Amino acid sequence: MSQIHLELTKVGIEFPTPKGPFCALQNVDLKIKKGEFVSLIGHSGCGKSTVLNIVAGLYKATTGGVVLNGREVNEPGPERAVVFQNHSLLPWLTAYENVELGVKRVFKGKKTKAEMREWIEHNLELVHMTHAIHKRPDELSGGMKQRVGIARALAMEPQVLLMDEPFGALDALTRAHLQDSLMEIQNELGNTVIMITHDVDEAVLLSDRIVMMTNGPAATVGEILDVTLERPRNRLELADNAEYNHYRSAVLRFLYEKQKKVESIGAKRAEKQLDKDAPAKAKSVA
Amino acid sequence: MSSKLATLKFEQLKAIKWRDVVLAILMPSVGVLAFILLWHTAAPNINTSLGDFPQPKQVYEQWGNLVDEYKTEQARAATFYERQEKRNAELLANDPQAKIDERSFNGRPTFFDKIKTSLVTVLSGFFVASIIAIPLGILIGLSQPLYSAFNPLIQLFKPVSPLAWLPLVTIVVSAVYVSDSPMFSKSYIISLLTVSLCSLWPTMINTAVGVAGVSKDLINVSRVLRLGWFTHVIKIVLPSAIPMMFTGLRISLGIAWMVLIAAEMLSQNPGLGKFVWDEFQNGSSDSLSRICLAILVIGLIGFLLDRIILLLQTYVNWDKSAVVR
Repeated sequence: MSQIHLELTKVGIEFPTPKGPFCALQNVDLKIKKGEFVSLIGHSGCGKSTVLNIVAGLYKATTGGVVLNGREVNEPGPERAVVFQNHSLLPWLTAYENVELGVKRVFKGKKTKAEMREWIEHNLELVHMTHAIHKRPDELSGGMKQRVGIARALAMEPQVLLMDEPFGALDALTRAHLQDSLMEIQNELGNTVIMITHDVDEAVLLSDRIVMMTNGPAATVGEILDVTLERPRNRLELADNAEYNHYRSAVLRFLYEKQKKVESIGAKRAEKQLDKDAPAKAKSVA
Repeated sequence: MSSKLATLKFEQLKAIKWRDVVLAILMPSVGVLAFILLWHTAAPNINTSLGDFPQPKQVYEQWGNLVDEYKTEQARAATFYERQEKRNAELLANDPQAKIDERSFNGRPTFFDKIKTSLVTVLSGFFVASIIAIPLGILIGLSQPLYSAFNPLIQLFKPVSPLAWLPLVTIVVSAVYVSDSPMFSKSYIISLLTVSLCSLWPTMINTAVGVAGVSKDLINVSRVLRLGWFTHVIKIVLPSAIPMMFTGLRISLGIAWMVLIAAEMLSQNPGLGKFVWDEFQNGSSDSLSRICLAILVIGLIGFLLDRIILLLQTYVNWDKSAVVR
């Protein structure tokens, strides 16, 4: 449990813009142990997703690098499965076939056809989707699609599970439901997880550690909070738990006092003016 | 309560259906009838060197004549084969070792044979075009450098008229396609190639655009799964490009059919184009009505070809709920 599994060292990234390079991240250092559940939290636009995409290998860091189990990460791969924010299921494949795509890729030659079939069904069962196994995404609700997305990632038996605001687009009730499912699965499988969120309750409820990021540009790790609440956690019991509320307020204080987004009207006006001057300012860095 | 609800629903259903009937059958009939009426009244006022412009009635009569011609030709073929068989049987009866000739009937191609020739030619030309355009479209859609390389050529050749291609194709085919017992006639090859050259482009461009427009998220999925190039194309690129690809195929087939008629006129491929050309040269009193009839048949076949592509699209497309029109 204690060995360093995934390590980010001095990770920084610059995006080219017509006005010269835009530095989105700088000096991001993070060491993650096997089986740890880490949340990245920060205001939108601070570069959380960029960190995740670098770990996934979808972006290449300009400086520094990511090492997983002693090997440098420089391209995407199924050992770092991603659960995308908007599920990203292939609309022309059923839930089963979507999961199968990853399973076939990872277990070709290692599992027989029957074993793969069983494995796919097992993973869909894990996310409680057995009833809709042969339905296509357009026949599923948002929550169900996200469940299939999680099953697809889990079925690849990733060393690290990367989740990019997995429940961000869901209503509160569905989100709570999926958070509980995720805790259950995490309890059972002990995956290493990096999850991006902007939901404070979600972060405290699910994480072993919460990484709070400063505002961009040149965002970096601001504070790291260890959450030592006992597992399994129950959201109802925790609601009145003093420790839980302590963590919660710590995160809130970071987000709204230390890294307060300047939102006064005067500042907004100034920002607008700035935007006019630099229309190509890299806004897309989520 | 529930029966009341049911009747209410039924009433609504009836109302909706009535509206549909008006839109789907009544209004189109009104349009067609109005056109026929206009044609009927206007035609006698147009005096040509071949007499008055034909009225719908005369065109319909020509349809009857063409059907009769076809029947006569069929009958002639039947008697020909009957005689041949009889003669051979007699020969065999006299001398079991006798050599027997089996000749096929060499009649004049009727209107319907010409329709068949045209259909075969357009479909083979369209097939050749698609076989080239779809893979090429996929390739240039996947690679920006390839797209930049091909784009000027596509833009250059896309607007070229079939009438400009035809002389070139004719001369090249005459020089290259030389054989003592050709499997296909030269006119067929020339028409086919001209059709292909003109109908290639919409499919290619639309396939490329469809392929290039695959959602970034799905490409990321493919990258994370580290799908091979082939799997990536089959599982992710093609399904998302299918609607665009079929838009291209529809435009291509439409162009192919239009080009074919012109190509057949000049290359003398015995299809509908030659039929129109022969009637034009013939200049009999029936010619105008026959040309009118040919135009209607050409239009109808073009429409049917378009419907067939649509059916194919609904069959191939993963999104069965997609509205195709």
